[in-house]
Amino acid sequence: MIPRIYISGDSGALALGAEKVAKAIAKELAERGVEAKIVRNGSRGAYFLEPMVEVATEKGRVAYGPVKPSDVKSLFDSGFLTGGHHKRWLGAPDKIPFIARQTRLTFARCGINDPLSLDAYKSLGGLKGLQNAVAMAPADIVKQVTESGLRGRGGAGFPTGIKWKTVLDTTSDRKYIVCNADEGDSATFADRMIMEGDPFVLIEGMAIAGVATGATKGFVYIRSEYPHAVAMMNKAVAVARKAGVLGVNVLGSPNAFDMEIRVGAGAYVCGEETSLLNSLEGKRGVVRAKPPLPAIQGLFGKPTVINNVISLASVPIIMDKGATFYKDFGMGRSRGTIPIQIAGNVKNGGLFETAFGLTLGDIVDDIGGGTSTGRPVKAVQVGGPLGAYFPRALFDTPFDYEAFAAKDGLIGHAGITVFDDTADMLKQARFAMEFCAIESCGKCTPCRIGSTRGVETIDKIAAGIEPDKQIALVTDLCNTMKFGSLCALGGFTPYPVMSALNHFREDFKPAPVAEAAE
Amino acid sequence: MTMQPASTEIASRTAAIIQELKGLEGPLLPILHEIQEEFGHVPQDSLPVIAEALNISRAEVHGVVTFYHDYRSHPAGRHVLKVCQAEACQSMGSDAVAAKFKQLLGIGFHETTRDGSVTLEPVYCLGLCACAPSAMLDGEVIGRLDDEKIEEIVAEARS
Repeated sequence: MIPRIYISGDSGALALGAEKVAKAIAKELAERGVEAKIVRNGSRGAYFLEPMVEVATEKGRVAYGPVKPSDVKSLFDSGFLTGGHHKRWLGAPDKIPFIARQTRLTFARCGINDPLSLDAYKSLGGLKGLQNAVAMAPADIVKQVTESGLRGRGGAGFPTGIKWKTVLDTTSDRKYIVCNADEGDSATFADRMIMEGDPFVLIEGMAIAGVATGATKGFVYIRSEYPHAVAMMNKAVAVARKAGVLGVNVLGSPNAFDMEIRVGAGAYVCGEETSLLNSLEGKRGVVRAKPPLPAIQGLFGKPTVINNVISLASVPIIMDKGATFYKDFGMGRSRGTIPIQIAGNVKNGGLFETAFGLTLGDIVDDIGGGTSTGRPVKAVQVGGPLGAYFPRALFDTPFDYEAFAAKDGLIGHAGITVFDDTADMLKQARFAMEFCAIESCGKCTPCRIGSTRGVETIDKIAAGIEPDKQIALVTDLCNTMKFGSLCALGGFTPYPVMSALNHFREDFKPAPVAEAAE
Repeated sequence: MTMQPASTEIASRTAAIIQELKGLEGPLLPILHEIQEEFGHVPQDSLPVIAEALNISRAEVHGVVTFYHDYRSHPAGRHVLKVCQAEACQSMGSDAVAAKFKQLLGIGFHETTRDGSVTLEPVYCLGLCACAPSAMLDGEVIGRLDDEKIEEIVAEARS
């Protein structure tokens, strides 16, 4: 058997030098005259161990990481092709604590094999969900997704099955499935990771959505900042089409479904569903007023399911293992698993898929291991640029949609940015307003004008100009933006601003003026 | 300086791109992406050709082009360096990273070096948030930036 060496081709791993490691290994193989096959897999999401190199041995996979090109010679000398010991030796990848503690349902296959091998996908349970779906009545598929308790993983948490039911029940000559892969929130990379590491699971999820609702065409709208994900999805769609997963007879059934990959153009607001639809239609990415709901009048005015990548990628396992299997994970009304992305100033950064219910403290301190700078954690922002900043005092909050809402926060797309005690929360609040001003689509006044006035008012606080009056103004402005904006951009910008203001008021005090010299 | 193609040439190359992509549903963004790929920016001379072919007004095309951050009205430098300035990178010192790039290149954001080698831009998230601070040089991603890597990137971009 020719040894197989797995080196991640995921952007995160590439950003940490995986390409150089792959080249060094290929060179060393050639120089030593050793035969081995290098496979570029996705990432398992433990970015603090990337670039991670895995070797398939007789006793199973052995991982090494983080590997530098300068480690390659000594890896060969240590006999890593048979799992030999080395300072970068990590043992079996699924026994690495960060990975072993996860419950991987959606990401079960991510990072294990060549993302474009449909055979590898099938060998790990892929396409079973779609096979079941094509043998079922559409209403039964929708029922199963509804009963699983799956809620929109993009951030809004709307029940996926109910959205599908509306589309199924709306009569039309044409319906669409749109996948929102405009993952613009800082601290989030779950969509990118699954598209680069297991693209077929998304394709399978979209095909199931098509069969369930009678939609025959799907679009994946990927942000332009993700060139690797775009390339991978395009290749995967071609493979799926050739294999009959997509096309006029999905898996040999009478259902037709095909899809296209589309690329965004750098507008954050296009992550908002109606603005995304306008963008797909070739218009300015301005937000549409709702109603009408996209499920009734969506893309090109037709009934449209618009779901986040992770929502759609979670459907195959639900259709494979059943609604009860999925629903048994989680807490309260937050069912199943959620891929938490631990990012920023954190020791063990990466993607951690787990059932809902872990506390914020468990995630940041225990799994994340605290800050990478070694300084105390001051704040964590949960849910991207529109999410609230949480102080340590709220670290007992369980990861659950309702529990976060009760603490004036949101879990959003489940990204967590960790900040150490050098963070200036006034600066973070100002950035939230500034970001909203840069990215506002301009359609509604609270967002377009409010964000700019917000920046100016926070600048006055920093300058010590009537700070109490300005704080009252910002509070009032946030209230207007929260309730008067058309979408979540203007509507949720108050979360980071107000949480910074409420939990870290000391940072909003004017800087002490130095005593004038005698 | 690079020579700008004549307006008639822009029109004919634009028409060829449109011809290829017109059949798509909602073809405008794919067309604009392809035009930018072809010319390095979206030339003014392309707009009336697109408007005519898609049966929309020139104002509508202009509105779309100017809405999206990605579309350029002028060609960029030979390399485009995007430095992430979003929260996860902020927590790892992206302000200092940006300052260092600006100092080494002698330009600010949205500017191009005098020799036309590099255009420097802020970007709000590259999805490399567990490898912060990060940047992208053309299509190549780089994480955990430190002074050494920053200097390497600048040297590579300048060469």
